[in-house]
Amino acid sequence: MSLPSNKTEFLENPERIAESIPDGALLALPPDYSLVAMEVVRALIRRKAKNLRLLGVPILGLSADLLIGAGCVAEVETSAVSLGEAGLAPRFTEAVEKNLIKIKDATCPAIHSALQATEKGVPYIPLRGISGSDLVKNRNDWKVQDDLVLVAAIQPDIALFHARWADEAGNVWVGRRRELATVAHASRLTFVTFEEKKPGDMLEDELLAPGVISSLYVSGVAHAPRGAWPLGVAGVYGVDDTHVTQYAKAAKTAEGFRRYLEEWVLTPRKSFSPA
Amino acid sequence: MGSYAKEELLACVIARLLGGARHAAIGASSPIPATGAFLHRQADPAFCVSLQQRRETNPFTEGSRELFDLAGQGRIDVFFLGGAQIDGAANINLVQADGKRFPGSFGSAYMYPVVPRVILFREEHSLRVLVKKVDFVSARGNPAALVTGKALFSWQRDRRCFRLESVHPGSSAEDVRTNTGFDYDLSSSFGATPEPTREEVRILREKVSPQIKRDYPEFAARVWKG
Repeated sequence: MSLPSNKTEFLENPERIAESIPDGALLALPPDYSLVAMEVVRALIRRKAKNLRLLGVPILGLSADLLIGAGCVAEVETSAVSLGEAGLAPRFTEAVEKNLIKIKDATCPAIHSALQATEKGVPYIPLRGISGSDLVKNRNDWKVQDDLVLVAAIQPDIALFHARWADEAGNVWVGRRRELATVAHASRLTFVTFEEKKPGDMLEDELLAPGVISSLYVSGVAHAPRGAWPLGVAGVYGVDDTHVTQYAKAAKTAEGFRRYLEEWVLTPRKSFSPA
Repeated sequence: MGSYAKEELLACVIARLLGGARHAAIGASSPIPATGAFLHRQADPAFCVSLQQRRETNPFTEGSRELFDLAGQGRIDVFFLGGAQIDGAANINLVQADGKRFPGSFGSAYMYPVVPRVILFREEHSLRVLVKKVDFVSARGNPAALVTGKALFSWQRDRRCFRLESVHPGSSAEDVRTNTGFDYDLSSSFGATPEPTREEVRILREKVSPQIKRDYPEFAARVWKG
C-alpha cells in the first residue's frame, strides 16, 4: 500500500479542505474534547457531502451528529456518539433507530489499536479483555484467539482535525492530543485547520517539537481562527456549553435541526464564532 | 444532621468504596463518581484521580489511548461504569434495548474485565435499568459494587449474584425490591446507608465543588447553585 508523500498544501480556507474530502470517504474524526475541525464539518454540510463513512477516534459527538442529521453519512464506526453533559446525540440516535445509517459498534482501545496496527503496517493487533462482549460477535473483521481478540487494522482515507498552530514548513501542533498523531500516521491523507500561523519550523524548537505532527503526514492545512467553535481549543478558548446545550435541544426534532442548520451552518458567515 | 443534596449522598457512598485504592480513572459523563473520587482524595492525598475527558490540563499526554494502556498494565485500580441496562449477572448494556439506541460501549468492553475494582453506578434505579438479562452485553466483568440512587449492592463473585448491603434515605427494602428486575441476596448486616456527615458536606462544598466545576460545569451549577 503506497501512500502519497506529502508536501503540505496551504489551502485558502476550510471550504477547500471540504472540497478535498470526496463523497464516500472513510473520514476519521476526534471526540469533542480533542480539537475538532468544526468549520470544515460545516463546510462539508454546505457542499452537500454524501455517503461519508465516519470513524470515531475513539468516540464522536457534535461533529458526527451534525453530519448525520444533514444526510452526509452512510456509515459510522465508533465506540460511542454522545454530546457529553448535553446528553444524547439526537440526530445519530434517530438515524440508527430508523436504520438510516449503518453502525459498526467498537470499543475505545480497539479503535486505538486498529490505528496503531496501520502505523506498524501489520494486518491485526491483539487486544485482551474484550472477548466477553457482544461487540465481538457483530464484528466479522475481528478474530478471536483464546482470550485475545485480533482487531483488524484500519486505514482511514482522511484524517481531519484542528490544531493550535501550523508553521511555514507545514507542521502542525496538537500538544497532548497525541491520538491525533496516531490517526495522522495511519491515514492516507490528513487535513488540518489551525488557529494561528507560526513563523519558521516548529521542529527546530525543542519545547514545541513533542507536540508537533510532522508535515510528512500533513496533506493540507487551512487557517480557521476559532475553527473548533462551539467546541474548544485547550488554553485558547473553552467549549461554548450554552451553544452545545442549545443545539442538543434544537436537534431533538428534524424541524429544530433544520432551523439550526439554517441559522448556524448554511447562512454564509453568520457569526459562527461569537467572542 | 444538616441538609444535603442527593448527589452529595451518592458521592459519599462512592468515596467509602475507595479505601486503599491508588489510582482511579473517570470516563465520560461521570460527575457523581468524580465527586466521590475527589472527596476520597481529601482523606487520602496519595490517591490519584485521572479524568479522561478533562478539557484543560488533561492528565494524559499520549492522547486518549493512554488510559487503556495504563489499565492494561495494572496502573489503574478503580474505574466507574454505568449502563442503560444492568442485569443480575452484572453485565452492562450501553448500546441498544427495545428499539432504542444509546451512545455506545465507550471503553467498557475492555475496562470492565481489566481493571480490578470496577464500581457500577447508575442513579436511576428502575425496572427498565436493572433487568434480569441485558439486551446487549457491552461488557462483562466482576464489579466491586453497584451503586444506584436507592441502594448499595455488593457483588458475590462465587455466586455471580448481587447482595443488597444498604438502602439510601428515602428508600426502603420494599422499594428496592419493587424496582429491581433481577434477584439478589440480602446482606446479614443490611441496614440504612449512612447519611453524609456535616464534615463531609463541608468538604464537598468547599474543597471538592471547585474541582468538579472545571470539568462538569452544568452538574456543579445544578448541585451547588454555581
